[in-house]
Amino acid sequence: MGRYIIRRILWVILLLFVVSAVTFLIFYTLPSADPAVLRAGKSPDPTLIAQIRHTLGLDKPVYVQYYRYMKGIILHFDFGFSFQDSQPVRHEIFSRLPATISLTFGAVVVWLLIGLPVGIVSAIRRRSLADRVSMGGALLAISAPVYWLGLVALYLFAKDIGLIHIFDGAGTYTGLTANPGRWFGSLILPWLVLAASFAAFYARLLRANLIDVMGEDYIRTARAKGLPERRVIGRHAMRSAITPIVTVLGLDIGILLGGAILTETVFNIPGIGRLAYEGIVNADLPVIQGTVLFGALFIVVANFIVDIAYAFLDPRVRYS
Amino acid sequence: MSPLLEVRDLRVSFSTDDGIVHAVDGISYTVDSGKVLGIVGESGSGKSVSALTVMGLTRFQNAEVSGEVMFDGQDILLASDQEMRRIRGNEIAMIFQDPLSSLHPFYKVGRQLVEAVQSHQGLSNKQARDRAVEYLAMVGIPEPKRRFEAYPHEFSGGMRQRAMIAMALINEPRLLIADEPTTALDVTVQAQILDLIARLQRELDTAVIMITHDLGVVAEVTDSIAVMYAGRVVEMADKREIFRNPEHPYTWGLLQSIPRLDRPRDEPLVPIPGRPPSLINLPSGCSFHPRCPYVRQRHREVDPMLEPLPDDPGHTAACLLPSETRKRIWQELAAGKQPEDVRAEVVEGGLA
Repeated sequence: MGRYIIRRILWVILLLFVVSAVTFLIFYTLPSADPAVLRAGKSPDPTLIAQIRHTLGLDKPVYVQYYRYMKGIILHFDFGFSFQDSQPVRHEIFSRLPATISLTFGAVVVWLLIGLPVGIVSAIRRRSLADRVSMGGALLAISAPVYWLGLVALYLFAKDIGLIHIFDGAGTYTGLTANPGRWFGSLILPWLVLAASFAAFYARLLRANLIDVMGEDYIRTARAKGLPERRVIGRHAMRSAITPIVTVLGLDIGILLGGAILTETVFNIPGIGRLAYEGIVNADLPVIQGTVLFGALFIVVANFIVDIAYAFLDPRVRYS
Repeated sequence: MSPLLEVRDLRVSFSTDDGIVHAVDGISYTVDSGKVLGIVGESGSGKSVSALTVMGLTRFQNAEVSGEVMFDGQDILLASDQEMRRIRGNEIAMIFQDPLSSLHPFYKVGRQLVEAVQSHQGLSNKQARDRAVEYLAMVGIPEPKRRFEAYPHEFSGGMRQRAMIAMALINEPRLLIADEPTTALDVTVQAQILDLIARLQRELDTAVIMITHDLGVVAEVTDSIAVMYAGRVVEMADKREIFRNPEHPYTWGLLQSIPRLDRPRDEPLVPIPGRPPSLINLPSGCSFHPRCPYVRQRHREVDPMLEPLPDDPGHTAACLLPSETRKRIWQELAAGKQPEDVRAEVVEGGLA
């Protein structure tokens, strides 16, 4: 197990190097606005541009820029400064992290509370009306793009622009410590919108798993023992059906912690996803680089945790 | 005294996209306390489905069931799900073919036994645990206390089946149904498991239904044998009768397709030609007729009844050939003649 963990950590480091290098390459290879020109104001004169370019370090060759950037991260955990507002990127990311965490975990709770019961009922009452309705609804929820769903939700329910004024609209996010009530209120719509497709996906996944598991021999054994059906499903079948879902959940959380770009943008939530979006719009390489690296880090760490968790969930799995 | 289990005209069918599958098509048998009934037949003959129905386990599969299953004087086909749950695992227990897939892979073996005890008896965790360890020891699992904590995948195949047997017997059921309990095991382990079942059956005075496709298995442990074909019992008698004086062509086929020590080693085994029939469209007349070497035109039209032999009311067979003809055919077959020669001689010679 120890050797396995060390090997995995080395892989994580290598992977992050590759991700950072690729981000650099993409930024310089694909056409984007010149960050220096963008910041030189209207009718810029070439000396000013050159000066800005020098200040931002953009006059150096790409590999030198990359070397400096990586040196900063490795030696000082320094992600450089935003081109846009000269703030340290590390600080920007950490200050935005609470909003993203709030959005992610709230949505996780919502989609589990909806997805799991729906999946169970659909599997047990297979081909019933309840099953058909929920699987049809799930298909819709999976198919609807999250930005569209977000806008529709705002037009219908937001207090400012909605047809029915129920929930706080876009741009109302307040920190949890600042005002718990407003924090909660401002996140209800984003949670529901972000959770919709996940809830649908989890319901379908659990339904399929559960139907599979119910055909297993050990379910017949559980019934042959005379266990109540509630226990046969709740313990024996769910134990097996939920295991793959735990692993998917780990990965989904990892991905969302890297920033739910669309949801955060639609609802104007100051999270990592919106930071990344702003970085892209402003050709702000250090911000893009920082958010991409953080996103990648969350995903590989989540992946790692999921693999370790699997060994605890399934006694047959052993790593060496 | 009425028998412990009496199955009367049991029929089980399933609706599928291809049509109605008549898995069990009117079977009757009895099992007395402390006796072992062997049910023999090919896959798809309905032997497992009939056993699952006795356990009430076909209730979960949208099966259409009719007939009577009298257990201890009560028709358990009419029992409520709740009553049936109390009988299952407590009064009637079952072990299955593949012990690896039949144990839950994520739970420790001991815990699965404890669950079986506690679902029927109000024992404390400690008491249930002691009892589980006791039964693991009884079925011959070494170091039962340590093995209690093991997962099924850490057991060998034979050990898993021993654990399954311990789990089935832990509530001291009056009837044990063993559905192909040795099929998935190594040959050497098969004999051990059969011995174990036979020993525990005697010690606990449990009635046993032993379902198998292997006549060698029933030869070892059963008192009486029912031979099933295409959802029906085609022959039923004491074990000795079935082996010495079988009266159904299908039973002859089964007996001739197993190797025997009292025959020359180079004598070829005689397989039964053809395949088991579709249970959706059963052949007309006698359902064995497409594979029977002794078939006559009438057998394709008339459905044979399971009837007692004229000279032995305890021996029943469902065959349209006259009993004397069947006796002669078996004599010839037992003497080593091939079915086609016997047919030419006995059947076409005008005796039938």
